[in-house]
Amino acid sequence: MGYGDYQCMDENGIREDGRKADEMRPVEIECGVVPVADGSAYIKWGKNEAIAAVYGPMEAHPRKIQRQDRAILDVRYNMAPFSTSDRIRPGFNRRSREISKVTRDALESVVDLELYPRSKIRVEIEIICAEAGTRCCGITAASVALADAGIPMSDMVVSVAAGKCNGIVLMDLNKPEDNYGEADLPMGILPMTDELVFLQMDGDLSMEEFQLAWDYNMKAAHEVHAIMVEALQKRYGGES
Amino acid sequence: MSEDSTPTEHDSGAVRLVHPGERIGAHDGVEAGHGIRRLNGELVAMRMGTLREDGKTISVDPLSSRYVPRAGDLVVGYVEGMTNNIWFLDIGASFNAILPMSLAPWKVEFGAVREHLDVGDAVICRVQEVDETHSAVATMKGMGLRKLKSGLLEEIPPHIIPQVIGKGGAMLQSLKSLGQSRMVIGQNGRIWLDGEHHGMRSIRAALEVIRETAHLPGLKERIDALVNE
Repeated sequence: MGYGDYQCMDENGIREDGRKADEMRPVEIECGVVPVADGSAYIKWGKNEAIAAVYGPMEAHPRKIQRQDRAILDVRYNMAPFSTSDRIRPGFNRRSREISKVTRDALESVVDLELYPRSKIRVEIEIICAEAGTRCCGITAASVALADAGIPMSDMVVSVAAGKCNGIVLMDLNKPEDNYGEADLPMGILPMTDELVFLQMDGDLSMEEFQLAWDYNMKAAHEVHAIMVEALQKRYGGES
Repeated sequence: MSEDSTPTEHDSGAVRLVHPGERIGAHDGVEAGHGIRRLNGELVAMRMGTLREDGKTISVDPLSSRYVPRAGDLVVGYVEGMTNNIWFLDIGASFNAILPMSLAPWKVEFGAVREHLDVGDAVICRVQEVDETHSAVATMKGMGLRKLKSGLLEEIPPHIIPQVIGKGGAMLQSLKSLGQSRMVIGQNGRIWLDGEHHGMRSIRAALEVIRETAHLPGLKERIDALVNE
């Protein structure tokens, strides 16, 4: 059990915010919100809000970071100082470096970097409002922004997280569930092949719990993917 | 111009939008074109765009893209910097093009490049050669290649330039009939307009329509409606 006497679920199996155990928070995505960027996306995921913008491919500077055979991804995840109730000191910190790195690694596995030697693709993720699960929010928004920018990719990375609170496996933890919970399992999934490009786990899950969290994530990834595709198509006023 | 393919809207009325990772089907015997890859026997879209099928190949026409220079392209560049004998031109590509003083239309003294072209100047030039890492060399030797001293530049995403020109230049004719103005279309999406004020304004409005709706069917009709107004 977690600390405190927080109860994440009532006797009917309904969570504090009215969701069932395997239900996600509502997700909305909009493309093209940053007109000067080559591609951009705004995402609202429960109370989380983020904007991702993509610039490039452009010449990589300084020269020593260039790769002769491929492009490099320059991912910057940042939380706005006003995104949480505790003010966040502006600039890089240990957490944002980590999330920038895992985001870059997740995206590198789909983006066709060999097409743009010596170049750099800049991906900026700005969290405007944070309520648990911002890394998933950021990776998902970045995928949509990359697609919007016309960058060739073999698939779009969808990132979702399941976790555990009061010993119950829950999909998409919100802030209290995350704070009082025992575990968190964010995953980056390629929805077309159900391949995994990113997985982190905080806390402990038993084999059974892990399997359940995995199944929740896989199902949710396809739901989010449908929303991503819809957002991209809406931007260009067409349907598939 | 250098684009020889026809945009999707002419093939049929319907446009199919695809997104990265979308499975398009096996299509045996069909070649994977731009933006398409064959994975495990199935064709997969690699980028956001509209699907184009022309018998032997299937490809994706992108909805947004950066300019990729090709030898022979007519482009509009901005001077970004220089050394004693070379200008660096921003041609809208990932990398700046270089314009050596030997390829300028003037007799340039070593170290006096700034007297002819300064930072911020716009020039019409041609891409002379492009190497495998996309670095380009530009030339200003040739008909109509010059420094721009008047008029204005409008930017359009480079992948819709073929539609600005239209079939056999039909769209270009429509645009020109909107107002008295000279027009030079750079393959990098920069369009130079120079002429009478109202005419330029009408053309810019029409270019805005093209920019926003080039991927949807019936573009020519929309522009012709503007012409008839």
